[in-house]
Amino acid sequence: MTLEPRTFDPPRLSDGRPLLTARELRKTYGRVTAVEGVSLEVYPGETLGIVGESGSGKSTVLRLLNLEEPADAGDYRLDLAAYAGENLLGLDRYRRRELRVSQIGIVYQQPHMGLRMGASSGGNVAERLIMAGERRFASLRAAARDSLAASEFPLDRLDDPPRVLSGGMQQRVQLAKAIAMRPALLLLDEPTTGLDVSVQALVLDTLLRLRRERRIATIVVSHDLGVIRTLADRVMVMRGGHVVEHGLADQVLDDPQHPYTQQLVHAKL
Amino acid sequence: MNLLTVHDLSKTFTIHAIGRAVPAFTNVSFQLRPGELLVARGQNGVGKSSLLRCLYRTYLPSAGHAIYRSAHGEVDLARAAEVDIALLRKTEIGYVSQFLRPRPRVSAIELVMEPLLAAGADSGEARARAGDWLGRLGLKESIWPAYPSTFSGGEQQKINLARALIAPRRLLLLDEPNAALDPVARAALRERLAALKAEGVAMIGVFHHIEDVHDLVDNEVVLNAVG
Repeated sequence: MTLEPRTFDPPRLSDGRPLLTARELRKTYGRVTAVEGVSLEVYPGETLGIVGESGSGKSTVLRLLNLEEPADAGDYRLDLAAYAGENLLGLDRYRRRELRVSQIGIVYQQPHMGLRMGASSGGNVAERLIMAGERRFASLRAAARDSLAASEFPLDRLDDPPRVLSGGMQQRVQLAKAIAMRPALLLLDEPTTGLDVSVQALVLDTLLRLRRERRIATIVVSHDLGVIRTLADRVMVMRGGHVVEHGLADQVLDDPQHPYTQQLVHAKL
Repeated sequence: MNLLTVHDLSKTFTIHAIGRAVPAFTNVSFQLRPGELLVARGQNGVGKSSLLRCLYRTYLPSAGHAIYRSAHGEVDLARAAEVDIALLRKTEIGYVSQFLRPRPRVSAIELVMEPLLAAGADSGEARARAGDWLGRLGLKESIWPAYPSTFSGGEQQKINLARALIAPRRLLLLDEPNAALDPVARAALRERLAALKAEGVAMIGVFHHIEDVHDLVDNEVVLNAVG
């Protein structure tokens, strides 16, 4: 059964422009279509949640937006002076790297995807700054400390490598690295999946505080509807590579319209 | 000049798993001016809370219009863009429910401070105003720094009320705000609602203890069972 997502009036009250605008993203792996016709916007300071089961394409969308993998088709723009009017999917390798280092932060579910597990935690964060061109030791150390403190990482463990840290602490190092350059866009891929419930709550709390203090546009992918309810302003529901429903987070979770979303919401314990 | 003009608003829930359409309310119309309190009445289950949720857009209205005159222009709450609704929720329209959603490691007073911090207040000012609210509603100062997940229903509701009413709003949707409160808190709430009304805040309410606010009510909308 297909239902077109309901359409609303264009924005009349909000004068801000979206930071991120993506149109008709498509990605196939061989004969498998992972993402098809996906469009989204994210405003500065806003958090968009993407939900769906494994294989729905939600993580692929995040990888496309992080420019980790080439898209087959689509248009992707960020409202930043240095990239005005450009489809970011067409950037050359050099500028793609520059954009990712300076404007996009990402936190993966698996810490080893985002961190060097044997290097010191402070070093992992400083590495991001070095990639962006910072060379002075004092500024590096101060910026890394600042970013780790904002992620509520205990600074007496600065020299410990992520390998010896708990899962919650590893996520804080990833977060510190992600926000070190004060990016415009923060991508979170199942950031608390696999953590104990109590640790998960602490990490969510840090994310909420950061959002309030830094007004970063954020996209969070999770299959955990509790995480989405806590973090997201708006939600997009994906299934089979398509968006089946989108809306305000409480509306999608409390009054889901699409049969699939109803099933997803009611399957929750 | 009306702040809100609701015209033939209806809500039907479509439950795909059982292939059924369940009506909540149909063709509700009313008008509301600044400083007015409108009460929704009717038996249990006629959709009074659903009406409030449709105006806040937690529920998506099925038909009809709710023309709201915001400080930035006019919008139809039934079909306004999500970003516009999100903006109105942050700045103009408040929803006061019966239930608090406590979060681990967030204290009672911090929960109440949050709407002020989100609106840009500094933390000292937010703390002072949050304390003032909690004090007036009769929540003991000794438990302000504690985590409310273990509090009683009445205590949680006091925090919820303070959190919902602390930031300035032009329209408040009150969903049984006095249901679980003790007499002291009910009196404090009544006093606050009277003051907000005098300041020109418009309110739509569903009340468990309607006698508390009887003399503040300007108008009512009666919902009847449908379907």
